[in-house]
Amino acid sequence: MGVERSGSKIVKFYVPLAFYLIFLLFPFYWMTITTFKSDQELYNLKLDPFFIHSPTINHVVELFTQTIFLRWMANTFFVAIMATAISLAASLLAAYAIQRLRFKTAGPTGVAIFLGYLIPQTILFIPLATIIFKFGLWDSLWALILIYPTFLIPFCTWLLMGYFKSIPKEMEECAMIDGASRIKIFRRIILPLCLPGVLSAGIFCFTLSWNEYLYALSFISTTAKKTVAVGLVTELVRGDVYHWGALMAGALCASVPVALVYSFFVENYVAGMTGALKE
Amino acid sequence: MAEVRLENIYKRFGEILAVDSFNLTIEDKEFVVLVGPSGCGKTTTLRMIAGLEGITSGNVYIGDRKINKLPAKDRNIAMVFQNYALYPHMTVFENMAFSLEMRKQTKGQIKQRVQEAAEILGIEHLLDRKPKQLSGGQRQRVAVGRAIVRKPEVFLFDEPLSNLDAKLRAQTRVELKKLHERLATTAVYVTHDQVEAMTMGDRIVVMKDGLIQQVGSPLELYDSPANKFVGGFIGSPAMNFFEAELNPATDTFTLAAAGFNIDLPAERAAKITAYGKKKALAGIRPEDLKLVSEHVAGKTIRVNVDVVEPIGNETYVNATIADIPLIAAVGRKSRVAPHSTIILHPNPGNIHLFDIQTEKSVF
Repeated sequence: MGVERSGSKIVKFYVPLAFYLIFLLFPFYWMTITTFKSDQELYNLKLDPFFIHSPTINHVVELFTQTIFLRWMANTFFVAIMATAISLAASLLAAYAIQRLRFKTAGPTGVAIFLGYLIPQTILFIPLATIIFKFGLWDSLWALILIYPTFLIPFCTWLLMGYFKSIPKEMEECAMIDGASRIKIFRRIILPLCLPGVLSAGIFCFTLSWNEYLYALSFISTTAKKTVAVGLVTELVRGDVYHWGALMAGALCASVPVALVYSFFVENYVAGMTGALKE
Repeated sequence: MAEVRLENIYKRFGEILAVDSFNLTIEDKEFVVLVGPSGCGKTTTLRMIAGLEGITSGNVYIGDRKINKLPAKDRNIAMVFQNYALYPHMTVFENMAFSLEMRKQTKGQIKQRVQEAAEILGIEHLLDRKPKQLSGGQRQRVAVGRAIVRKPEVFLFDEPLSNLDAKLRAQTRVELKKLHERLATTAVYVTHDQVEAMTMGDRIVVMKDGLIQQVGSPLELYDSPANKFVGGFIGSPAMNFFEAELNPATDTFTLAAAGFNIDLPAERAAKITAYGKKKALAGIRPEDLKLVSEHVAGKTIRVNVDVVEPIGNETYVNATIADIPLIAAVGRKSRVAPHSTIILHPNPGNIHLFDIQTEKSVF
């Protein structure tokens, strides 16, 4: 019976999991092997494409010497961190206010914030471009820092609203009787309890800002101010020539920070997304 | 000196009147219990005293201070919540110290006060733990500790025992009462459990649909309920009710209900005459029904037994008389068989009478 059970577990659990993993990880595998293949090998159709035959780091060297990859990385970091900070600060306050301060328009405000999220970027970037021009922020990283929160805040606000809802009201009321002000309650009680939620929202903001392409492409034109996503594509695809090796090397290096962020906080991330408040 | 006075309090939630013309003075150092079924407005009243809920109209005073608009933190009260509301990310010490910290006490003072409170409650060994490392009873103590550490003028309890198991609840009841004697602080306690109300309260306020039904000491409520609701709510098992006719007999009245006649004591005659109506609702407590062997007309009733529930110190007999259910609490040694017929003798002096329409007590 034990054998039967473990057999069915393999079929029902591990086999589908394996397929799923292969499906998910294959692009990363492809990215990695392309990075370390030589050009001759890349364009040789007779070789088995799934393995590296003569590994080389030429493409990585090309990436770091022929392009300002590190500058792009720094730009992306700056934009992602600033946009995340702004979005978190705004969403924390908004979500708390909507969920806990009993004002009449709390419900509609929440819905309005959510509706903002539903407008596609491809439509939104036209009016946003006008605003960016008027503010004199064209071709500046600050344009991105200010625009990213437009799609980060709605999601984070809703995520955190769910989180705040799971904190028993009595805890706040008790703190109120204990003599704490709203701000103190927020800082001493709510924030520590919501840390997993705040972290998830933060990771979400960071990765989305990191990967964002459309706005970065539209509002930045100087090479030195580009973010990684745009820089790689615009500088390593010259006309119709694709520098596959360097492109993939860039993609690989650019995904490392995101992967690191995830792996450090994955537990909190899952807890945050499922709104689990452990008492 | 912390007397709590509620004058003509109303609370409206939209269309719903949650608390209706509430008037009550809670004496200094008194332990008052608000009791009633869920939705009766007892918790709302408590929350209005705490400052967690606004007052639609009326005035609340603590001592001589009118506190209608005063924020909760300035009312000098402490509250114990049903789910304890301990801060899960803080240790027991930090939980207890929080209110003192908010009131800018020095570290030394805080430490001393927390230590004192912890000693009173016997939780010194738990001070370094987090709430999730505590049992239900321990959490409850910490919640109480957090309230007493500040030495407030008034304690508010919102069903603090309802999350404990029966045994622990009985034990904690006694402890809370002892604690109240020791601290001699005014306390308002909300519960839906009439046993808790009876055992703990100096005075009990019975509420229903936002209205006070009766205020009195536990035995006052038990012996002379003001209306049918109080009669049925206080006492366990609940009072038995029968619609009955009041027939005049020689120097007394006979209570004639479906299936039985009982002669009421002569001293009640004046009250019944004054009452003047022919019909009334008779209330007989289960413990006022005695098992007897012989039927005597005008004194005993014959009932059909359905279920017998021995609970140890006594036995509850669930029976019917003319299809009306009734419960009698008989001695533990009485042998009553299910589906048999037994004879019960109601103590006529303890029979209550209520008006059928107004449900108010006649006697």
